[in-house]
Amino acid sequence: MRIGVVTFPGSLDDGDAARAARIAGADVVRLWHGDSDLHGVDAVVLPGGFSYGDALRCGAIARFAPAMDSIIDAARGGLPVLGICNGFQILCEAHLLPGALTRNQHLHFRNRDQFLRVESTDTAWTNSFTAGQEILIPVKNGEGCYVADERTLDQLEAEGRVIARYVRGNPNGSQRDIAAITNEAGNVVGIMPHPEHAVETLTGPSLDGLGFFTSVLRALAGAPAGANAGGHQ
Amino acid sequence: MARVVVDVMLKPEILDPQGQAVANALPRLGVTDVSSVRIGRRIEIEFTGEPDLDRAREIADKLLANPVIEDFHIHVVDDAVAEVA
Repeated sequence: MRIGVVTFPGSLDDGDAARAARIAGADVVRLWHGDSDLHGVDAVVLPGGFSYGDALRCGAIARFAPAMDSIIDAARGGLPVLGICNGFQILCEAHLLPGALTRNQHLHFRNRDQFLRVESTDTAWTNSFTAGQEILIPVKNGEGCYVADERTLDQLEAEGRVIARYVRGNPNGSQRDIAAITNEAGNVVGIMPHPEHAVETLTGPSLDGLGFFTSVLRALAGAPAGANAGGHQ
Repeated sequence: MARVVVDVMLKPEILDPQGQAVANALPRLGVTDVSSVRIGRRIEIEFTGEPDLDRAREIADKLLANPVIEDFHIHVVDDAVAEVA
């Protein structure tokens, strides 16, 4: 399985995202923002960082990169796409996910290990977890406060599209403690914390992040979403 | 040379923590009669030819503002008319 990791000018976590995908067992293809060719990848990760220096708004410029034109089309056709941190911001700017990420309510950059509760295992990126499972992965953002109008929030909740929530403290003021959401089809996921930083004992607080990458490999291999083998502790 | 000015503001219902931080700092300046501060962004666009409000509106809608959280207003300023600061 080939997972593409896009590098934008200002991406920071593309190396870690590629490494995490590799550890999970994927063949990694590095994609360049200026290249509209996705090189036949089976899934795409939009990594964290500060694409285009966060000029205008986080993700606002990256959304118009040639690679994004192809990714937006492919995502609408079912290609699994995971946006992490800045990647989540890009997915919202591209209208592949509803809502927006705004300045942390307390205005401070937050960098810490964060507990999340996985609430939906029906997506391409979370089928290796169990519903209700608590995981510990790093969060590091200045503009991670998820906002949407009440109707959109109610709809996300009703459709089971809030796939992870902050527990034991909300690091940025996100509405309804939302840490990650998915689109209607479940192939596009945006998450503010960083699963790619929790895949090795040497550097991460846990191995919980690996589950996102093994999930997409399972989804691509045709395993029924949600048919869970116990998750990754 | 005429310019198109785009003012982008957070929608009223969206919390503006930056504005709140500024409002909270005002008492240190001795200002105690301000009830709210909200911060937006002013963007000036110069076209190579005549200012085109429709194009500017399209640019604002697609890129300069995020309609999920922001509103924008557009007007033309003419540099020949001195702005009184």
